[in-house]
Amino acid sequence: MGELSMTERQAGDVTILDLNGKITIGEGSVALRNAVRRLLGEGKKNILLNLAGVGYLDSSGIGELVSSFTAVNKEQGQLKLLNLTQKIQDLLAITKLLTVFDCYDSEAEALSKY
Amino acid sequence: MIAEKTEILLPSKLESVDKAAAEAARIATRSGLDESELFCVDMAVREAVANAIKHGNKLDESQKVELTFGHSPESFEITVRDFGGGFAVDDVADCTAEENLLKASGRGIHFMRSFMDEVEWSNPPGGGTMVKMVKNVKFRLIIL
Repeated sequence: MGELSMTERQAGDVTILDLNGKITIGEGSVALRNAVRRLLGEGKKNILLNLAGVGYLDSSGIGELVSSFTAVNKEQGQLKLLNLTQKIQDLLAITKLLTVFDCYDSEAEALSKY
Repeated sequence: MIAEKTEILLPSKLESVDKAAAEAARIATRSGLDESELFCVDMAVREAVANAIKHGNKLDESQKVELTFGHSPESFEITVRDFGGGFAVDDVADCTAEENLLKASGRGIHFMRSFMDEVEWSNPPGGGTMVKMVKNVKFRLIIL
């Protein structure tokens, strides 16, 4: 079984990826990288990552979120985060990345910010 | 003083990260660590083993990663050793510095330092790098 599964939804020009599982070194990080690169390749530059189902993130997973963020910015798109668990918020705070990412608890509010 | 010590050897492949974390959780639970302490140990072990596999042994599956777990009533101690060329921890950039925030890597050591009470690196005889990490265990009053 893969570490990370995801489903894709479209809300206007924003693509929402609902992630479930772990974003960790190996399969989880690679799956996220491939998904974001694929969306960019399809011209989908506004991406909302719903992390409600992500129970675990390591430094490699955080690195992949950062890589995705910079790859999307490079294409003049926007990548935002939705529904962070307390533990993931803590990890982003420890690494000072809460100041980098736009994070939301409400999907409607997140969509209104694109 | 460490009351009990367990040693394991794992191959240098990414699957070993989960195995090391599972073994750490088993021993730390038996040692009486609470949920918050278990989370810290889990994060630190995963990062240390991932570093040993990727940066120490350079993903060479013939090289082993050696772990020890020891505990006393006051602390839980972990060592993770690789058998690679070694590295200078002081050369690792501060991932929280403004200019490094958008770098894709370099946060593992910061996590280890953040989640454990003591972290120190050494280069033991025989080669490689060893990191020793200690988590102080909270005092708990047990009423029988």
